[in-house]
This record gives sequence, structure tokens and C-alpha cells, in this order.
Amino acid sequence: MTTYFNEMYEGGTVREPYARLEDWTKAMPAALRAMKQAEAEALFRRIGITFAVYGEGGDPDRLIPFDMFPRVFTQAEWRKLERGIKQRARALNAFLLDVYGRAEIVRAGKIPARLVFQNEAFERAVAGFTPPRGIYSHIVGIDIVRTGADEFFVLEDNCRTPSGVSYMLENREIMMRMFPQLFRENRIEPVDGYSDALRRTLASVAPAKCEREPTIAILTPGHYNSAYYEHSFLADLMGVELVEGADLFVEGGFVWMRTTEGPKKLDVIYRRIDDAFLDPLCFRPDSMLGIPGLMDVYRSGGVSICSAPGAGVADDKAVYTFVPEMIRFYLGEEPLLNNVPTWQCAKPDDCKYVLEHLGELVVKEVHGSGGYGMLVGPRSTADQIETFRAKIAAHPENYIAQPTLALSATPTFVEEGIAPRHVDLRPYCLVGEKIELVPGGLTRVALKEGSLVVNSSQGGGVKDTWVLAE
Amino acid sequence: MILTVHHVTTYEYDMPMRGAVQSLRLFPSRFDGQRTIRWDVAVEGGLRGGNFRDGAGDKVEGWSLRGPVTEVTISAVGQVETTDTAGVLRGHREIVSPFAYLRETSATWIDHALRDLAETAGLGTKDPLDRAHRLCGAVSEAIAYRPGTTHAHTTAAEALAQGEGVCQDHAQALLACARAVGMPARYVSGYLFAREDGAPHEAAHAWAEIWVETIGWIGFDPANACCPDARYIRIGSGLDAHEAAPIKGIAQGDGSERLDVTVALEAVQQ
Repeated sequence: MTTYFNEMYEGGTVREPYARLEDWTKAMPAALRAMKQAEAEALFRRIGITFAVYGEGGDPDRLIPFDMFPRVFTQAEWRKLERGIKQRARALNAFLLDVYGRAEIVRAGKIPARLVFQNEAFERAVAGFTPPRGIYSHIVGIDIVRTGADEFFVLEDNCRTPSGVSYMLENREIMMRMFPQLFRENRIEPVDGYSDALRRTLASVAPAKCEREPTIAILTPGHYNSAYYEHSFLADLMGVELVEGADLFVEGGFVWMRTTEGPKKLDVIYRRIDDAFLDPLCFRPDSMLGIPGLMDVYRSGGVSICSAPGAGVADDKAVYTFVPEMIRFYLGEEPLLNNVPTWQCAKPDDCKYVLEHLGELVVKEVHGSGGYGMLVGPRSTADQIETFRAKIAAHPENYIAQPTLALSATPTFVEEGIAPRHVDLRPYCLVGEKIELVPGGLTRVALKEGSLVVNSSQGGGVKDTWVLAE
Repeated sequence: MILTVHHVTTYEYDMPMRGAVQSLRLFPSRFDGQRTIRWDVAVEGGLRGGNFRDGAGDKVEGWSLRGPVTEVTISAVGQVETTDTAGVLRGHREIVSPFAYLRETSATWIDHALRDLAETAGLGTKDPLDRAHRLCGAVSEAIAYRPGTTHAHTTAAEALAQGEGVCQDHAQALLACARAVGMPARYVSGYLFAREDGAPHEAAHAWAEIWVETIGWIGFDPANACCPDARYIRIGSGLDAHEAAPIKGIAQGDGSERLDVTVALEAVQQ
């Protein structure tokens, strides 16, 4: 095993942000810990927060495991991350506005035309349309890993509808309920301002034709969707309607919501369904989830859709490589957060290198997500590696590879007591009239010893994430 | 040439529908070869929604109808002055990159036969314009014009395999061939005035446009083995026939629909 950064212990000493947590764990007998863990699970069950796990069998409404040991950042660490995240969110939005307009970045030769315009996520239907404030991605989820005291890398960007923010909020809620003294002893920045900030963000991008306080709704594919809990949770917190396609209709150039008091005009839709299903007249004609005519209303300025259709072209794994270039091109700044060095198998030289070093690399599908279709070289059998070799050779353009990063680890409650487990971080950056970031995010933890895959679909859990006040 | 268009589309339902929504890409393009003298689009009993010009330069307008709906009648009536630009879409304002038109769709999926046809036709010339003409000629020869042998969902590959079809099949086959040799191509819907005597006649038509780097978008009509001239009215474009359709609509309810289309074109005597 290679060495990795332990966020709590540096040599034999406890790092400053975790100082008080050491006393906390020492003072907690095993019996109390077991009781608290059971209590946490009961609370999660009661509020109904579950996450469907695909392809693993078993209970689809299984709880995502919650680890009570918090993950902690100092104020100084967070400020640095925050600047980097906001910079990235600005650049990604500038890129989207550009590629659906004159595409100066392509004309300047900074990114290949093929990667943008032949990308499946490029929606020709919205080219030439400028959404309110020129914003395409209103909630940017940026997955970050840490490899040292001062080393952070962005693993991927999520510009469409990043999920998991309900865990950020619920994890905090449950920790505060179970361990109120912890929150008296540590000065922790609150995260509960997220729902207000989200509401403000959505309201700030109301369409030009909206002349009053905008009406907002969350559009969900329905209760069979794995993130349905989150959709209803956010609707509740914001005090907005949770709707399905069948609850909405288009008339006279606007979108209307059926309510018990008659139709109500809808101004901003926070959609949690994919582009392809939004409007059968514009995208997939067989979509049963969408609203016929929605895209005509959107493009004529009668309703706002968040994230804007077409936002996905910025978070493709092949486009990811060019984000540092976007930051320089649009903002004239140097990236504050680094990308992980990435080999594009579409390039023959890169592909050759990847095939020769499969045992050391992480290989991902360009369009994959959720930790599916991924090879972690050092943790794979010879058979798995050969299977991937064949896949890459057949369709090199579908794969990218990155070095296996030594992800940082934080103390985690495991059967034997407390042990370090690898973690990542997904903060949620809101982009509207202002760019806002609540101090925190979702920390995902790979609960299997030595595992580097934190996805909940692959045995990952979650933790409360603390940012200490000054 | 001044052409008068009278285009009426009627959907009849065998039971009342709860409502209907239409998205109409039914307005003559603006470019050097075309000037709209007047043009009116209406949906009988419908409510006009918003309109906009999309990134490809097409004007689109939404319409909705409250139920109960038993019939939807969409009419486009107007007059357009056309001039021959030898197929070149000069003076057309659009923002979408031509590279966005290299993408395949299920209707224009490139099989071996289409690729072979394209590669064989493209042999012997390095000039893209010449290649585009040769592709158009090859598709024209490979697919005979025979109405009734294909349907709305016939793919380019299927049309080539059976060797016959209508203008939609010709156009989609040409798109597939052009894209197979790396040339951006798109489907164009419009009207064709095809009577020497100027009398009104059925005139809905479709062709293809191919991107030639040094010139721009150029129309090719494989159904008639020529480039569009003053007899053509260009309406809208897309990656395939479905995307470029002048009329898209959905009615809510269980009824089945019957479609009736009449397009009459007439040349104004000057």
C-alpha cells in the first residue's frame, strides 16, 4: 500500500482541526458507540432517506451507511477550496454560454470542435439561446479529493443535477441531534442556509417575461427515482411545489401547474430529469415524463429551466481535461484547483501509455458515472485488467485514464474500532445573481479497507463535513 | 420567381382529445435566395405561444389547443419571392457550428452499404464541392423515386437496401453518405414548385444541405439530382426528417389520428 495523507494524524500528533474529536472518541465507550450508531440508523430510516443501489441485488431502498466520525476542515483550508470551486463554476458557465453561442474557445483552438459539437450532451436545440443571466449550470457539484495537507485535485464536475445535497443537510441534522455537546465544543459553520440560498439562486434566474415574485417548482421523474427523497426534501425546505410532468402543461407561451385552485403559472423549474426526457416535441418523442411544448416556452423566454438543457456538455470526462484551459481563456486566471492528470485514450500516444500501464492507472468510461464501468488498476485482478484492455482497444475514444491517487483518509468507525478510510468531497456551488457556497459538502467514504471507490453504489458511506469557524 | 403557397394540415381524431400542443417550424428561411412577401400561420381554435429563431436560423412558434379537440387544422399561407443561388445558402444567419451536423441519428445511421456508396462516389476527387455533387448523384442513382414503398420511419440504410423511396429517403441517405466521409450535412424541409404550366399542385419537398468549407451550406436535392434553385422554398432544417419536421404535435388522449395534408404551390404570373 502506498502512503496516503491522514487528515487526523500527522506522524504521531493530532492535526489541529481534529484536536477536540480525539477526546470525544476516547470518552465514548464501545457500548455507547453501538447505541448511537443504531440511533443514527433509526433516524435515517424514520426520515426515509435511502438510496437505490443498482446492480447489486438486495434491498433497493437500502440505507446509505452513515459514519458518525466527522470530516473536518479548518477555515483557512476551506477558504482556499471555496475560491477554487467558485472559479471553476464561473469558468464552466462561461464555457457553456460560449459553446452555445460563437464558440470562441473552439475558434481559438483551445478545445477540439469534435469534443464539443459531436458530444452527445451538446444540445443543438438550445444553440443561440441565452438563458437568464447567461447561466447554464445553477448547481455545480465538484468532486474533490485530497492527497496532502495542501494538495487537492478535482476528480470531476457535475453541471447537470448533482445529487446528494440532502445527505449533507441530513448528516448535519442527525449529528446535531445525537451529539449536541460536540457542536458546543467546536465552532462549526452552519450548512442549513443551503435551502434559502438555493431558492434565492433559482428566483434570481426567473425568465424575462416574469414580472412578479417567481413561482418555482422541482420537477421529479417520480417516486421510483432513486433520488426522489432528495427532490421532495428540497421542495419542502424551500417551500415550493414538487411536480411531475403530468402536473404541468403548456398554454399560450407559458408553463402552468395544475393546482386545487386552478392553473398557476410556473416561472422557474428546478428539474431533476435528464434533457432527453424534458419535452417529447423537442427531444425523445417517447418520453412520458416530460411536458410537450416546454422547450418552445423555454426558448421564447416564458420559463427558466435549471440546470439549462445542454449543460451536460461541460461535465463530460473528456471535456474535463480542458477545464484549466477554460479558466485561463475566460477568466484570465490560473486555476486554483488542479485537475488530475488525464490520459485521453482517443489520442494514440496516450492510449499506448495507458495500455502499457493498466496495472497502475484508474480507467474510466468517458460517459460513465456512479463508479460503474471503471477499472482501478492496482486493485484489480489480471482477468479484470485484460477485459479492460480489450474494451479500450475496441473503443479507445470511450476511455480516459488517470494515475491512482492516494486519496486522503479520515478516521472512521469500523467493526474493530476506529480506522482510517479514504474519502472525497462534493461541495455544491450555487450560481445565480451571486455565486454561493455553503461551508461544507458531502463527504463520501470508502468503507471497505483500502478501497478507493467512494460511490454509494460501490459500498461507500457518508459523513458529516465540518468547516471550523475562525 | 414569386410563389404562392397554400399549405393546410389537418389532424382528425376519432374521439375528443384533452388538448394538443404544436411546435411549428413553418416559416420561410431568410437568405439571399428568398424574400417573404407575406406569410401567415394559424392553428384553428388554437392559442398562439411564444416564438423564437433557433441557432440554425429557423423560426419556431408554439401553439396550444384546449380540449375537447376533435380536429386540429394548421394552415400556412403566403407568398415568397425566390431567386436562384445555385443551391448556396448565402446570407443566412445562424450560429450553430457545422460540426454539430456530423452526428448520426437513428434515421441516418451509417451502415456498410451507405459507407461503401459514399466512399466509392468520393473516390477520384479531392475537391469537397465536387465530392458533394458526386455523393448526390450516387444517392440519386441508388434509390429510385417510388412513392408508397417507404414510410415516415424508414431509415436511410433501409431505403438504400430496398433501392427505392421518396424525397425524405433520398435526403436522409445523402446525409448519411456525407457524414460517412466527414462532411457535415443536414435535412431541409420545404416546398418545390414542379409544374411547367404554373398550375397548383402537391409540393411538399425535402432535400439535403452539405457543408463545404470554402463556400458554406449548399443544398443538394438527390430526388431530382440537382441543386435547389428558384423553384424551391426553404423552411427549416435538422439532423434528420424528424428534427426538421415543419409540424410537430402531441394530442393528449386515447383517440387515434388521421392526417390530411394539402400543399398547393402556384407561380404568380408576372
